[in-house]
Amino acid sequence: MKNYTSSNEPTSATCPACGLLCDDLILNATGAESVKNGCAKSITFFEQSFQTDISASASLFGKPCDLNTAISAAADILRKSKQPLFAGLGTEVQGMRSLMRLAEKSNATLDHMHSESTVRNTLTMQNSGWLTTTLAEIKNRADVILAIGTDIVTSHPRFFEKLVWNTDSLFNKPTPEIIYLSVPAENTQAGIAPNGTSPTVIPADTASIPEIVNALNALLHHKKIKADTVAGVAISTLQAVADKLKSAQYAVVVWSAASLKFTHAELTVQSIVQLINTLNENSRAAGFPLNSGDGDTSINNTSTWLSGYPTRSRLVNGKPEYDTYHFSTKKQLDLCDALLWVSTFNPHSPPDIKTPTIVIGHPNTQLEHQPDVFIPVGIPGVDHAGLMFRVDSSITLPLKKLRDNHLPSLSDVISKIEASL
Amino acid sequence: MITLLKNGKIYDPAHKKDGVIEDIYIYQGRIIPKPLDPSKISQTFDLSGKVVMAGAIDMHSHIGGGKMNIARMMLPELQQKQAQETKLLTEPEAHICTPHCSHHAVPSATDTGFRYIEMGYTAAFEPAISPVNARQAHLEMGDTPMIDKGGYAMLGNDDYFLRMLAAKKDQKAINDYVAWILHATQAIGIKVVNPGGINAFKFNQRRLNLDENNSHYQVSPREILQSLSRAVHELGIAKPLHVHCNNLGAAGNFETTLNTMGASDGLPMHLTHIQFHSYGTEGDKKFSSAAAQISEALNKNKHITADVGQILFGQTVTASGDSMMQHLNAKHANPKKSVIMDIECDAGCGVMPFKYRDQNYVNALQWAIGLEIFLSAEDPWRIFLTTDHPNGAPFTSYPHLIRLLMDKAFRNETFAKLNLDAQAMSNLASLSREYSLYEIAIMTRAGASKLIGLNDRGHLGVGASADITVYTDQPDREAMFAKPDYVFKNGELVVRDGVVTKVVWGATHTAKPAFDIGVEKDLKDYFDKYQTMQLDNFKMSNDEISHDGRGSIVVHDNKQASL
Repeated sequence: MKNYTSSNEPTSATCPACGLLCDDLILNATGAESVKNGCAKSITFFEQSFQTDISASASLFGKPCDLNTAISAAADILRKSKQPLFAGLGTEVQGMRSLMRLAEKSNATLDHMHSESTVRNTLTMQNSGWLTTTLAEIKNRADVILAIGTDIVTSHPRFFEKLVWNTDSLFNKPTPEIIYLSVPAENTQAGIAPNGTSPTVIPADTASIPEIVNALNALLHHKKIKADTVAGVAISTLQAVADKLKSAQYAVVVWSAASLKFTHAELTVQSIVQLINTLNENSRAAGFPLNSGDGDTSINNTSTWLSGYPTRSRLVNGKPEYDTYHFSTKKQLDLCDALLWVSTFNPHSPPDIKTPTIVIGHPNTQLEHQPDVFIPVGIPGVDHAGLMFRVDSSITLPLKKLRDNHLPSLSDVISKIEASL
Repeated sequence: MITLLKNGKIYDPAHKKDGVIEDIYIYQGRIIPKPLDPSKISQTFDLSGKVVMAGAIDMHSHIGGGKMNIARMMLPELQQKQAQETKLLTEPEAHICTPHCSHHAVPSATDTGFRYIEMGYTAAFEPAISPVNARQAHLEMGDTPMIDKGGYAMLGNDDYFLRMLAAKKDQKAINDYVAWILHATQAIGIKVVNPGGINAFKFNQRRLNLDENNSHYQVSPREILQSLSRAVHELGIAKPLHVHCNNLGAAGNFETTLNTMGASDGLPMHLTHIQFHSYGTEGDKKFSSAAAQISEALNKNKHITADVGQILFGQTVTASGDSMMQHLNAKHANPKKSVIMDIECDAGCGVMPFKYRDQNYVNALQWAIGLEIFLSAEDPWRIFLTTDHPNGAPFTSYPHLIRLLMDKAFRNETFAKLNLDAQAMSNLASLSREYSLYEIAIMTRAGASKLIGLNDRGHLGVGASADITVYTDQPDREAMFAKPDYVFKNGELVVRDGVVTKVVWGATHTAKPAFDIGVEKDLKDYFDKYQTMQLDNFKMSNDEISHDGRGSIVVHDNKQASL
């Protein structure tokens, strides 16, 4: 019998474990298996969170120290640094607001741990724009869902349960037709309707997604394709997909930039966007880009209204700069003279580099090499309140404090470092 | 600790003061009568010869929320370019830059606050908060320093309201829902964008006229306007229903606009960015000015107020809740990109960059149409100075716009440089009116305050919040309004010579009319069945705005401000 929450009463919670940000969870004081409306990810998240060492101490090179000592050591490192890198950035809105203030004072470069994926979408949006939708529109309108290169549920487990197999919808839509393109058949179980209807599964390599999407685009433009197959997929199969998309009341095309692991994947995202634009000339369709988690949508939005730019940015004497190529963590690890690694939702380890490193994050962060400074902080939505953006960016929801302990919040710590700079 | 502003020329239309020389006394953030004991005056500003007005109020400016952040995110090149570029004074749209002047169409929250206060604006209102996105809008406004803010919540395309209307729910039920939305979104007014049209777009309708039905709900924009204007009126909300008409930007849309004026059966309505809704179909290019018809109707219909939404030439971005019309117009985007969203059975949005060019026939005529409307409006209390920031131009262009209104020679000189066909289609050169300082003060202060119901702002009477702007009276009105000598926010000196000297945080203005909480019973059921968040999380608490110690909430009486 684990005591999950500070009270013995069932407590409602908002789950920050994925972009769906489900706020209908009920945590019981009795154990993980009794998380009402839980999913694989949320149960893992809350189990992991409630098993943290709430008495974890700050440390310098692995030696425990008090919080103030760690804060002044962190401030020392940043004071000496000319080019610090703030990476990881696994936090929510309030944490990011404080990080932005600190970045301004220390001329830091900012990059989120999942930017490699996010940037594929951002570049497309900045190049051509897109037409997208949100969860409630999918729930009430979508009658055809095309998932490209993603099974959706690995990253967003309750997608089908909440948005696709719902029996209540505003417009009495039929049960949606599901089409998986380039998703391994064994990962398409979630797409089987409650009445047993199987999804359409079109197997193909991830690497051939660009080719297939381009063929779909050609078909939508009534272009003749001379080949019988494209990347092993019969043209007739693709024509059937195109026809379904065209005749849908509201087709939704889902992709996950994280799964498009090939060079210049932004061009493929652009092809997907083009497909959606073409459909909208005569009927309705919309895109739904999935996110990668660890607060990626939250911190990029916060950064954008505070500085004008999403991450992969830098503040130079108060002036923001933006470069999705040069300001990547990978590039900056070679150039920075100090690293501040932040990961509060999950115990992600910092990259191993020789430069002075400050780690502020999850109390259970596994540290192979002891950083100069480690400061364990509370988990947003468990140890303190917070604010989080949903995958569709349109909704921001409060995260609740679920238990009492002495772990400081990230913004407390960052503000103190800022004050002692 | 009393501050004395001595010998200023006071322009305070709320008290009919048109350039009288008077002293103003400030104590604890408010204007007070002349103190009996002059020894308590600790600070005196000699304002001899200076023009003194209340802090300006922008009653319609997109300063926060999802679509602005989308605009920022999709247009990094605007900010990058702006960081390098200085405008040439020979360009028609050029204005006198303050040292920190940003022509950036979508400044960050921080810059927004700074640019406003540097021009003597002490409040701005976000006119398009989609209720599901209210938290983000307030987060962004919460990070906007220096000025007061507030917003109008969008209704009329949300499925909850349209279901009520289709089910012919009684007006009381509608009123309760409207009031509940105001509370839940911490807004001060209600807006409707393309009534019914954003929703219709989700059902693949591409245009919606005033008396055309939304195909699913079988209700018309006119019915939506009737219902919402009545709700706003009966709830005693000071701010009239804020209406972005159907058919924005379409040639011939002036008829929709004229008919919309009649849709509320005489109840107050505010038609926003009316310039974008004043287009005829005459001439070879089938695009003409209908400013004359619109102005005539505006002058006649005393229940209607309007802001102009002036366009000025240059690069900007259009960001609107009107996904239907933005999708239709996306082909005109420059650079060519657009973000369109269907949002949460609640709203929509469309964002695209746009470059207004002085040699383009349509753009040049749009510029002239806006000015024609300004100059033909007989009652300055019913017309407001806006560029629909950033849609017509960034708000930083206001000093330039003020000069166009106050300086006929300058206006005609600019007009003479525009596309010749557009010149031929406009009667602008024949309009000789020049706005006075008093009229500018009405449009940008007293009128805006009265319209929104900000009882203690926008004027310089005893008891008013001491938001005060002091200008040097210069013949070049652009230079004058770009760089005030002093700006006081809540009695504190925060700008000197156009430069911020102290960072302060303004309040969030709201209206919270009483309503029957029983409305939540059906809403809870609706949220549980059809929405994707809990009802309780949809609602924003006061604490969310004020907990950081910077923000604060002002609740205004739900009755017409008495001036």
